[in-house]
Amino acid sequence: MISSTSETILSIKDLHASVEDQEILHGVNLIVKEGEIHAIMGRNGSGKSTLSKVIAGHPSYKVLSGSIQFKGKDILELEPEERARIGIFLGFQYPVEIPGVSNLEFLRVATNSRRKELLKSELDTFEFEDLVKERLKIVEMNPTFLERSVNEGFSGGEKKRNEILQMALLEPVISILDETDSGLDIDALRIVASGINRLSQPNAATILITHYQRLLNEITPDFVHIMADGKIIKTGNKELAIDLEKSGYDFIDTNTKEKEMAK
Amino acid sequence: MTQSNTVEEIVSQPYKYGFITEIETEKIPKGLNEDVIRLISAKKNEPDFLLKFRLRAYKQWLKMKEPDWSGLTYSKVDYQDLVYYAAPKQDIKKKSLDEVDPKLLETFEKLGIPLSEQKRLSNVAVDAVFDSVSIATTYKEKLAEHGVIFCSISEAISEYPNLIEKYMGTVVPINDNFFAALNSAVFSDGSFVYIPKGVECPMELSSYFRINSGDTGQFERTLIIAEEASSVSYLEGCTAPMFDTNTLHAAVVELVALDNASIKYSTVQNWYAGNEEGVGGIYNFVTKRGECRGKKSKISWSQVETGSAITWKYPSCVLQGDNSIGEFYSIALTNNCQKADTGTKMIHIGKNTKSKIVSKGISAGQSKNSYRGLVSISPNAEGSRNYSQCDSMLIGDKASANTYPYIQSKQPQSNIEHEASTCRISEDQLFYLQSRGIDFEESVSMLVSGFCSDVFNELPMEFASEADKLLALKLEGSVG
Repeated sequence: MISSTSETILSIKDLHASVEDQEILHGVNLIVKEGEIHAIMGRNGSGKSTLSKVIAGHPSYKVLSGSIQFKGKDILELEPEERARIGIFLGFQYPVEIPGVSNLEFLRVATNSRRKELLKSELDTFEFEDLVKERLKIVEMNPTFLERSVNEGFSGGEKKRNEILQMALLEPVISILDETDSGLDIDALRIVASGINRLSQPNAATILITHYQRLLNEITPDFVHIMADGKIIKTGNKELAIDLEKSGYDFIDTNTKEKEMAK
Repeated sequence: MTQSNTVEEIVSQPYKYGFITEIETEKIPKGLNEDVIRLISAKKNEPDFLLKFRLRAYKQWLKMKEPDWSGLTYSKVDYQDLVYYAAPKQDIKKKSLDEVDPKLLETFEKLGIPLSEQKRLSNVAVDAVFDSVSIATTYKEKLAEHGVIFCSISEAISEYPNLIEKYMGTVVPINDNFFAALNSAVFSDGSFVYIPKGVECPMELSSYFRINSGDTGQFERTLIIAEEASSVSYLEGCTAPMFDTNTLHAAVVELVALDNASIKYSTVQNWYAGNEEGVGGIYNFVTKRGECRGKKSKISWSQVETGSAITWKYPSCVLQGDNSIGEFYSIALTNNCQKADTGTKMIHIGKNTKSKIVSKGISAGQSKNSYRGLVSISPNAEGSRNYSQCDSMLIGDKASANTYPYIQSKQPQSNIEHEASTCRISEDQLFYLQSRGIDFEESVSMLVSGFCSDVFNELPMEFASEADKLLALKLEGSVG
């Protein structure tokens, strides 16, 4: 699927970012092209989640220097909703509960805001119900989830499936899935992974942020990046993930030490 | 924090209903004394018993003091500087809507309440009150076929004096409180509803109150009587133009439910709230009370309070009949310098009576929003139950929210539950919605609607979406 003529979707250069006045990202570089699946792995606190929130535009995270371009356009000045509308999707590690807001209505408003951007007609309640029922199959969700409040009382697995449902409806250009596999049992993992695979498009890309190799058994990444201390310190193919699984994160430390020594 | 500043900007948006209708008005001179009361009564051709009722109330009022226990501070009203009767000039009695001044019809249309036959709402009968008088009531004939009486209180006084004499002042006595006494002395108009035995009112009934004059006090009076095994759903809306002086609105609402009857009373209150500095706006000092006189009767109040400089009201239920039920569902949204002190009283007298209170307060700007409620269980009210839930949401860091739940139980076999919570709009919830392409404003209003959803679910259908829009409107504005 990847060819040398593939368009670059996301280009991150020397990105430094902080939260609560503490610098977390110390110069991240990453290029993601059409059709690619990237995995970013690393320990807790290595900056993986921060990177995803910075790309999506969370107001608590400040970009200190560097750039993020989406299809050649700088997005740092865009509001989170504007980033979402042009096709940047963040699948949350911990999707929040929003009591009293109907999941169906939320999904409809979100879908329509993306469709508007794509110059597609907005869907009324009935049209949307048809669409959402079709997409529910991708994540094997029961339609009763639509009647409930957004994520309220959902189990961990249901919340993650609801995230993938949103991805299916918004048809993003780049999906950043932050530890979508965490807290899932084997069945839920399989459903979520197959959903992600079914949704992959030649003109779109995916970044999987994960702790473990197990998601990568279901979804084969083109690139695996290892993050430590706010930087991508190593990039390879899926073998890298397997090495990591075998020898644990200590192997990064050894590698890094070697590098430091070489300096 | 910049985020909350923007939320504050959003909640401050101009009042949409602030226009004044240019219309010739007949007003009596300012001031209050016995002669003024006689004059009001004479203008309305009232029977003698009613004049006596007014005069008794006036004498009581003279002996009473303006209350100050609530901690609400406001510049005191000069009662001699108010006009107590104002009416658009037109022929005394209108037979049909065609004869109503087109300007008035236009005014109500602008407010979203079309009255003309072609445009009026198909399933809601409306009584439109402009300053001190009711100008039109729709669907009267259709209602009459079912024996339902829906008309202005003035008309009821002349057409059905026996019902008025029997019920008026029996739920809210003339000396109940300072503002109720004042209202009883000078009330101008309002709505009257009578549902006969066994009748389920075939449509929603609605009154729309419009204050137009700046120096006129608005004292309307509403009386709803539901006979045995009858039911009715009634709703009330209010707006007023923007004046930089404060206008007093002191209404009295009385509800009576007999055996197995049920009354649902909903309010959307959007009186002018004053400007950002708190200049002008309506003082909304209202007494609303319902009596469940009969066995298994039910009274349910729901209110969406978004307007007024000061709101001071406690729609209450006196649960006299055994197994009767009282409910109170409230949303109060305050912004800028608004103050709202609202809640309910549930007085359990009969056996196995039940009450439920759900209150949602949202405060933005520098506003103050208080829930104040009383649950009282008398010694005879065996097996009574109450459930109360009071939630507050704060927007920004200058607004305040308070909850004052008073509970008095003299009956050991009763069950009282109270839950309360306070929250802020959470940044994570906002970001979640925004990261799905929903803009900031809409995200805020979605969160607020979600917070209020328990109460929205209790509003009549046609009305719930209106109320939701009203909140969204209040929360809407220009974001930079």
